[in-house]
Amino acid sequence: MASDEVKVIGAWASPFVMRPRIALNLKSVSYEFLQETFGSKSELLLKSNPVHKKIPVLIHADKPVCESNIIVEYVDETWSTSGPSMLPSNPYDRAIARFWAAYIDEKWFPSLKSILQAEGEEEKKAVLAQVEEGTALLEKAFIDCSKGKPFFNGEHVGYLDIAFGCFLGWLRVTELAAGHKVLDEAKTPSLSKWAEQFCNDPAVKPVMPDTATLAEFAKKIFAKPAA
Amino acid sequence: MANEVILLDFWPSMFGMRTRIALREKGVEFEYRDEDLWNKSPLLLETNPVHKKVPVLIHNSKPVCESTIQVQYIDEVWSDKNPILPSDPYQRAQARFWVDFIDEKMYDAQRKVWGTKGEEQETGKKEFIELLKTLESELGDKTYFGGDDFGYVDIGLIGFYSWFHAYEKYGNLNIESECPKLIAWAKTCMQRESVAKSLPDSEKVIEFVTEIRKKFMIE
Repeated sequence: MASDEVKVIGAWASPFVMRPRIALNLKSVSYEFLQETFGSKSELLLKSNPVHKKIPVLIHADKPVCESNIIVEYVDETWSTSGPSMLPSNPYDRAIARFWAAYIDEKWFPSLKSILQAEGEEEKKAVLAQVEEGTALLEKAFIDCSKGKPFFNGEHVGYLDIAFGCFLGWLRVTELAAGHKVLDEAKTPSLSKWAEQFCNDPAVKPVMPDTATLAEFAKKIFAKPAA
Repeated sequence: MANEVILLDFWPSMFGMRTRIALREKGVEFEYRDEDLWNKSPLLLETNPVHKKVPVLIHNSKPVCESTIQVQYIDEVWSDKNPILPSDPYQRAQARFWVDFIDEKMYDAQRKVWGTKGEEQETGKKEFIELLKTLESELGDKTYFGGDDFGYVDIGLIGFYSWFHAYEKYGNLNIESECPKLIAWAKTCMQRESVAKSLPDSEKVIEFVTEIRKKFMIE
């Protein structure tokens, strides 16, 4: 008989891995965190996610669930009686939350990532402009979704907060490296306040890496090989 | 309040087909508006300012964008008949996973099959067939991806079937010989009224692809 055990296969630095961890924390579900070694993939990972071979993977009672946002919805639906709902109850608001989560993964994060990989000032400037444009859209989305409450999901951290908030560590690292703030009180006052509250949430704090540690890690993985 | 549903779409779009099927599965009356993608309507630009893409579902003046999000929305609003997503959370996660897989991989791969030449096309063809085989293996011996009932993954994939003859013509492929079970599945889906009404005729799609190739590909 399969136990009800929950495991998460992941890595501390991955924002995608943070998503299921925050969700499980919100639902007070204890889980075993199985850290992958950077640069190699475990047997369990390859077996549990044969299609993509990527983290995170949630294993619940020996059954794997893959893709971070899908895992978050799974956690919300499975432990529905524990803790507040991570998505709004109204179908239209749910559609809006899903829309912005998809936008973040499809457009916003890839442009953020490319800042760290940009070669030369011109390229960096162009990509930064893209990220700022996207962040301005998200500032407006926050105002629309939160309706005056502290989070995208209202009173409590939810699906869209998690989908976006998981990138805050990497956002700070990128701002430092680029010498340019993307999220701050002047440009994005609402998001700035939200970011602070998100990072201080008890479900988030334990899994959010600190900026300095992340910056060191970033140096390592983005280091150009010696000429 | 009466339900006013408008769908901004483009007839060959395999994404738009998803939303059409979902609306028909639920018996929802809707106004279909075909867009000229080279001359987008003000309504399209206003209702999908972020991506400026079809399909856009407008329900009582409120727009919902992204086909998979629309299908889930339709399932949640018109929850009284023909459920699209399974009720079990694990099954739902699996259904979402496969539709996400289709979204991530299928469009680019199929584009290479009909829209490129030489090496690029050969690579595209291999990728495309491999994808279909992965999906076929997931289908297994089931009638539909979800089992006995037509659902989310079937809706996510079936639109591409209307393009199969175009892939075969321009990619010089025989999809049935590579994936017989998948073709059998597609034919079963086509027997559903919601699907038959929502997919364009294969010949029309071939004509469309031929036009596009003339416009954008250097012979």
